[in-house]
Amino acid sequence: MPADRLLRGLAGALPVVAVGGFMALFFAWPIGGVIARGLGGTGPAAVLGDVLGSGSQRSVIWFTLWQAAVSTALTVAVALPAAGAMARLRFRGQRLVRALATVPFVLPTVVVAAAFEGLFDRFGLAGGGAVSLRHTVWAILMAHVFFNYAVVLRTVGAHWAALDARVEDQARVLGASRLEVFRRVVLPRLSPSIAAASAIVFLFSFTSFGVVLVLGGPTRATIETEIYRYAVVRLDLATAAGLAVVQLVAVVALVAVSNALERRRAVAEPVSSPAAAPRRRGPGLVANLGLMAVILGLPVAVLVERSLAAGRGGGYTLRNYTAMADRVNLLPDTALAALGNSLMFAAPAAALALAVGGAATLVVVRAGRGASRRIGRVFDIGLTLPLGTSAVTVGLGFLLVLNRPPIDIRTSLLVVPIAHAVVGIPFVVRTLVPMLRTVNPRTREAASVLGASPRRVRREVDLRVAARGVAVGAGFAFAVSLGEFGATSFIPRRPETLTAPLALFRLLGTPGEALRGQAMALAVALMALTAVAVFVMDLWGDTRRGVF
Amino acid sequence: MDRPPAPIPIHPGAPRRMIRPWLRAVAVVAVVLALIAAACSGDRVDSSAEDLSGTTVTLLTHDSFYVSPETFEAFTLQTGIEVEQLASGDAGALVAQACLTAGEPLGDVLFGIDNTFLQRGLDCAMFDPYESPGLAGVPDHFELDPEHRVTPVDFGDVCLNYWVEAFGDSLPPPSSLDDLTDPAYAGMLVVQSPETSSPGLAFLLATIARYGDGWERYWAALRDNGVAVTAGWEDAYYGEFAAGGGDRPIVVSYASSPPAEVIYSDPPVDEPPTGVVTASCYRQIEFAGVLAGAGNPGGAAALIDFMLTETFQNDVPLNMFVFPVIESATLPPEFVAHAQIAEDPFMLEPAEVETQRNAWTDRWVEIVLR
Repeated sequence: MPADRLLRGLAGALPVVAVGGFMALFFAWPIGGVIARGLGGTGPAAVLGDVLGSGSQRSVIWFTLWQAAVSTALTVAVALPAAGAMARLRFRGQRLVRALATVPFVLPTVVVAAAFEGLFDRFGLAGGGAVSLRHTVWAILMAHVFFNYAVVLRTVGAHWAALDARVEDQARVLGASRLEVFRRVVLPRLSPSIAAASAIVFLFSFTSFGVVLVLGGPTRATIETEIYRYAVVRLDLATAAGLAVVQLVAVVALVAVSNALERRRAVAEPVSSPAAAPRRRGPGLVANLGLMAVILGLPVAVLVERSLAAGRGGGYTLRNYTAMADRVNLLPDTALAALGNSLMFAAPAAALALAVGGAATLVVVRAGRGASRRIGRVFDIGLTLPLGTSAVTVGLGFLLVLNRPPIDIRTSLLVVPIAHAVVGIPFVVRTLVPMLRTVNPRTREAASVLGASPRRVRREVDLRVAARGVAVGAGFAFAVSLGEFGATSFIPRRPETLTAPLALFRLLGTPGEALRGQAMALAVALMALTAVAVFVMDLWGDTRRGVF
Repeated sequence: MDRPPAPIPIHPGAPRRMIRPWLRAVAVVAVVLALIAAACSGDRVDSSAEDLSGTTVTLLTHDSFYVSPETFEAFTLQTGIEVEQLASGDAGALVAQACLTAGEPLGDVLFGIDNTFLQRGLDCAMFDPYESPGLAGVPDHFELDPEHRVTPVDFGDVCLNYWVEAFGDSLPPPSSLDDLTDPAYAGMLVVQSPETSSPGLAFLLATIARYGDGWERYWAALRDNGVAVTAGWEDAYYGEFAAGGGDRPIVVSYASSPPAEVIYSDPPVDEPPTGVVTASCYRQIEFAGVLAGAGNPGGAAALIDFMLTETFQNDVPLNMFVFPVIESATLPPEFVAHAQIAEDPFMLEPAEVETQRNAWTDRWVEIVLR
């Protein structure tokens, strides 16, 4: 029946049009607008020639690339064993540990930098001693591992947990050593999500701004900090746009390679229950938890301690927390209200990221041949790009192009959650795509043959496999929105929509111990809020993940 | 402290070119023609009798702008005009955005462009001229644009701050920029990079205003004397400076920092732990202007008039830690007790700052960071 086919075709095209339209409107068009405006004056060739011809710009580009590559390698090396431990072992408080690992994500970089410098001070690494980490590339790398640890732990961990553990047990029974099992049985099946997590970590480090400026010191610059400097401080939009093009090209190339790796290594597995009876303990659990406590716990502990410190008088108090309920003159609202606003933005942002990212994932994973395959590839790459694009470019782009009816949304309340969702989408896509590729198409076919409707197949097959991935992606989208500063600060907002990170910067921007203490308390509250939200989402993900 | 600040000498260091008489004649004709053109074009904002009650005026500001809700309520009560505020970024980002959207502005009034960015805003043609009657109460030296495209609203000085406890009889706090190159103050100063920080740029401009062409030698001497550099104010003040537990007792901050240290002290103190080197201050004046293409130019003009009233001006110090520009404003007691206004602050012409800024900061990076 042609009418029926037409309907089905329309239903298939709907997510493509919706996702494509959303990304074109809120990402491609603004970015394109800024770049076109910047390159319009002297022409792209001249601007790019200037950027690539300058020795100092080339060294900035080189530094940006290598620090991001090293940050990624370090993060994967440190967090991969922990991901395995979390996936294969069961212990009390596991879900809490997983939720807590996410909290660095929402911390403003100024606060993290302060925590790291506090640690350097305490361990005699701040200068004066034999070894100084202050204003070194080591400080940048350490902070990037701190921020991104959770990406590997959770993205790879969720995929790992979805893999059939019985294959590993069989290999062990057949005499393979633990290392061999990992190298020959686990790693090949896991490499898609390792590639996905690495891509996210690389892009995050590639566009790192505050960490580079504060911890790296005034002599370090990345493409991201240079775009800000040229666009905002020097109002040299041509050079800024040239750098934005370089950034975009590098990011597209990286994501294309990483996605190809992800695709080629994908192994379809029978949908099955995870390990029949997960082990309670295993070697390395204590070591991994100990390492996490050092890498993630120490800087957080410094912040918690500072939030409790009673100013210059010494001793401890809860004053900084109770003060959050009172408005200080500098802010249009209380810090507590700012937390509430952040929550009000993060919930729709995460929902939007999940809707758009989820639809895009289905398009990517289901892509067949010909046009649909090409669309799948474009989506797969395109929806990851926002992570590798500078907040300044996006912010200026929103101003430049979204300014005429019917879409003059420059000053609308929706701009903030939309901008946050755009950054959250890559997390959803990069978590879900590798997991859904493990679903053997025959499982879906079998379900259809047995009479399940397409909707039921999605719910009973895909969602079950990917439930934890949905929780992980939504958790990151939520956390990214809670902690977002760069793009938010660039978007003109009404004062009553003050977010927690903006309030925190304002508190830290004026002298006075009471303000600083309250800023630290606000940072801790932001972390607690994130941990609770991620914990709840994980709970949902775990209960959805049925056993066949 | 109620006394208005002394007139500011604009630093004469900029080389004055000899102008040939015939060139002068051409210039005079050009100016007259330009004035006629401006008068005919009708761009000048007129805030006359038209009834604006029930309209809304949109005010664009940077993120640090804040006044009490009662203040704008008073404006609405007087004029019937509602104020909608939109804040984004720092002063640099605000000006960059307004420049990119010049002619199609997001609002009617922009507040927060200072004298280091002023010329850029004027070059972008983002403002329409408006001469507020309130200017009668403002000392002339605050008015930097004779065409009144911008109106001065507040000022603040970027000055060296010192940690009082670190100095005493054996070593007094520094009293001038010269002192900082004295080996007695070696390793004590922390500044912000002028490439990434607004107070950092202001301090560089202070040294250029003070030493003219000799500024490069001065900074080489500061480097030899162990100056530390951070990217931003927070990192300098809370990272390196004694206020955050750091070991450097001299920092580039604001003249209003000591009152903030008292108002937001924990535990409460009567005297600020920091002092200001008044001979090191660079003056930053913040302006407001009617945006070209504003949807409500009449409301915009009324809002600028209101910004020069005592209601608004008295509210400014405690919310933004800057000083009012009108002579009749009253300073809060904490400011009277603990804030010092430099009698003779440094300042450079906005046009000179705009044309030289990149060359200066590039040179500064080579001298101090390389």
